[in-house]
Amino acid sequence: MEKFQTLTSTYVPLPIENVDTDQIIPARFLKATTKEGFGDNLFADWRYDKEGKPKADFVLNNPTYSGEILVAGKNFGSGSSREHAAWAIVGYGFKAVVSSFFADIFKNNSLNNGLLPVIVSVEFLAEIFDSVSKDPKATLTINLEKQTITNNATGKSESFEINPYKKECLLKGLDDIDYLLSKKPLIEAYEKDQTL
Amino acid sequence: MKTLFDKIWDAHTVSTVQDGPTQLYIDRHFCHEVTSPQAFNGLRTRGLTVLRPDKTTLTADHNTPTINQDQPVKDPISRNQLDTLSKNAADFGLTLYALGNKKNGVVHIIGPENGYTQPGMTIVCGDSHTSTHGAFGSIAFGIGTSEVEMVLATQCILQSRPKTMRITFNGKLNKGVTAKDLALYMIAQLTTGGATGYFVEYAGEAIRNMSMEERMTLCNLSIEMGARGGLIAPDEKTFTYVKGREFAPKGEAWDKALAYWKTLKTDEGAKFDKELVFEAADIQPMITYGTNPGMGMAVNDSIPTLDQIDEAGRISFQKSMDYMGFKPGEKLEGKSIDYVFLGSCTNGRIEDFRAFTNFIKGKKKAENVVAWLVPGSWMVEKQIREEGLYDILIEAGFSLRQPGCSACLAMNDDKVPAGKYAISTSNRNFEGRQGPGARTILAGPLVAAAAAITGKITDPRTF
Ligand code: SF4
Repeated sequence: MEKFQTLTSTYVPLPIENVDTDQIIPARFLKATTKEGFGDNLFADWRYDKEGKPKADFVLNNPTYSGEILVAGKNFGSGSSREHAAWAIVGYGFKAVVSSFFADIFKNNSLNNGLLPVIVSVEFLAEIFDSVSKDPKATLTINLEKQTITNNATGKSESFEINPYKKECLLKGLDDIDYLLSKKPLIEAYEKDQTL
Repeated sequence: MKTLFDKIWDAHTVSTVQDGPTQLYIDRHFCHEVTSPQAFNGLRTRGLTVLRPDKTTLTADHNTPTINQDQPVKDPISRNQLDTLSKNAADFGLTLYALGNKKNGVVHIIGPENGYTQPGMTIVCGDSHTSTHGAFGSIAFGIGTSEVEMVLATQCILQSRPKTMRITFNGKLNKGVTAKDLALYMIAQLTTGGATGYFVEYAGEAIRNMSMEERMTLCNLSIEMGARGGLIAPDEKTFTYVKGREFAPKGEAWDKALAYWKTLKTDEGAKFDKELVFEAADIQPMITYGTNPGMGMAVNDSIPTLDQIDEAGRISFQKSMDYMGFKPGEKLEGKSIDYVFLGSCTNGRIEDFRAFTNFIKGKKKAENVVAWLVPGSWMVEKQIREEGLYDILIEAGFSLRQPGCSACLAMNDDKVPAGKYAISTSNRNFEGRQGPGARTILAGPLVAAAAAITGKITDPRTF
C-alpha cells in the first residue's frame, strides 16, 4: 500500500446523495479475478451511453473538472460490500473521497486500499460544491497528520475524524494483514481457550 | 448487564489494538466466486496458506446460469471466475459446493440450511447480506476482499466496535403483511443511512412470532439501512431449526451448545446506544417507488411530492423519478409491470415459495408478465417439488428456474431489459441493479404473486 502524504488538489464534484456501489461499479464488471482495470468502468452507467461512448453531461467526461479528490453527496458507497468499488476509485486516480456521510463497509474497504474517506460537515460540503461551481480550478488540501481539510478558495478549514490505528496504517503504508500475522500466537492461544 | 451483541463480541475478542479496532475471531467464513479471487491471489503473493480450512465454506452462486446448469457455462468470463473458485478450493484445501452439487445455492441460504449457521457465532462473508445469519443470534456481517484475505490467513479480522441499537416491533402483523413488508417499512422510516455505524437487535412480539425464514428475511435487509448487521436472540424456534442439520452439533456436543445458546439474550436493563419502537399494526404491504430501498411506501399509497423532500435531496429524488419513469405524487397501484422475480437470499426460501404458490393456486399467470421463480438453493428446489408446489405453479402457467442469485444482481443472463418494470422480491432497486436501465420495484412474495396474476401493481389483500 502507498503511503498517504498531504494532498493539495483540484477536485471532481458529484453532488448526488446515496451514490451506491452499483453506480460506482455495476455488477456486470465484477467478473475479473484481479484488482486491475476497474478504473475504466468507474461510474460506467453514468459515464458511457449504450454504445460505450462517453456521455457529455457526466462530470468525469467534463474536462473542466479534474483532480485526485472526489467530492460526493451524503451517504456515499451504500449497498454492497464489493471492494471493487474502492479499486475502481483508486484505479481511476483518486486518493481521497470527501462526503458528509459514508457507508460503513465502503469506508473500511477504502482504508484498506489507501483511499482516504474524509467526513466533513453538511455546511462545509455545501461550500466545497459552491467553490467549485464558481471556479473549477478551486483546490482542497487534506492533511492526514493533522486531520484537517482546507477549502483553499475560502480559506476555511475543518478537522475530520479517523481511527488512530487506521491513520497510522495510511501514513506508513501498512495493512491489516501484516498486523494480524504478527498476532499468530494470540490467535492460537484464543483457540486453545475455546471450550465449545 | 450486557446486550446480546456485547456477549458475542466479547467472547470473540482476541485482542484490542490500542485506540483502534478489535481483533475478532471468526467462527464461520463463507466465500463466493465474485469477491474471493483477489483474496486468494493475495495469499499466493504473500506465500500464505489458509489457517483453518475447516472454517471456510465456498459456493458458486452470483455468476451462475439458472437454466441448463448441467452444461458448460457459456459466458467465458463467468466461466473463468467459476473455474478460478474451483481451483482456489483445490489449491487451499477448502470445501466447495460448486455448480451441480446438491448443496449448491445462494451463500446465505445454504449456510443455515446445512447447519453451518449457529447461535453465538461470528460469521463473515465477502457479501453485504451476510447479515442474514444474524437471525440465529449470531454476529454476522459483510466484509471486503482485503478482509476476506485476512480471515483466510488468520481466522481473524480487525473491526471497530459498532454502536448498538434495539428496534422493537410491538404487537402482531396485519393479515397479508410479511417480514419483507416489515423490513421495507422500517428502512423507509430510517432511510438507507439511518442505522450506519450500528449493529441492530430486533425484538418484540412481532419478531418473536416470526418463523426462522421470516427472521432471515428481516436480518438480511439490515444492511439496506446501513447497519453493520442485525440479530435476533435465539429461542426454541431457532434451536428446533438448527437441530439435526448436517453440520449442527450432535449428541453431547449438542447438549453443551444448547446450554450455552440459552444464555444468549440481552440482559434486562442492558443499555443500547439507540432504541426505536414501532407498532406492527401500522405496517401495510409495501413497495418501493425509487432507486434505493429506503424509498418505500404502502402499496396503495402515493409517491411523495417534491416539497415533501428536503432541499439537498431533491436532485437525487428527481433523478430517481426520471429513471423509474414515475412522477412525484403519483399513485402506483394498478400500473402495469413486465417482470416478476421471486428469489434471492431475501425471499428465495421455501416459505416464500409456499406463500407465493398458495396465493396463485387455481389462478393463471398474466399473459404480459415474464416470471422468474428462482429457488435459493437445490434444497429449496427439492422441497418445492416434494411439497407439490411445483405442480401448482406449472398448472398456473409458471415455470421454475435453477438456483442462484439470478436477477437479484443480474450478473448472469437473467437481466430485466431497459425501461421494463420488475416487481422483485430481492433487496436492491439501485439503478441498473437488475440490468442496465431496468426499473425495479421491491416487494414481498405476496405482492409479487398478486402482480404475477394481474400484471399490475396490486394490493394482495384486495384480491
Ligand atoms: S441473492 Fe442477491 S443479495 Fe443475495 S447474495 Fe446473491 S446477489 Fe447478493
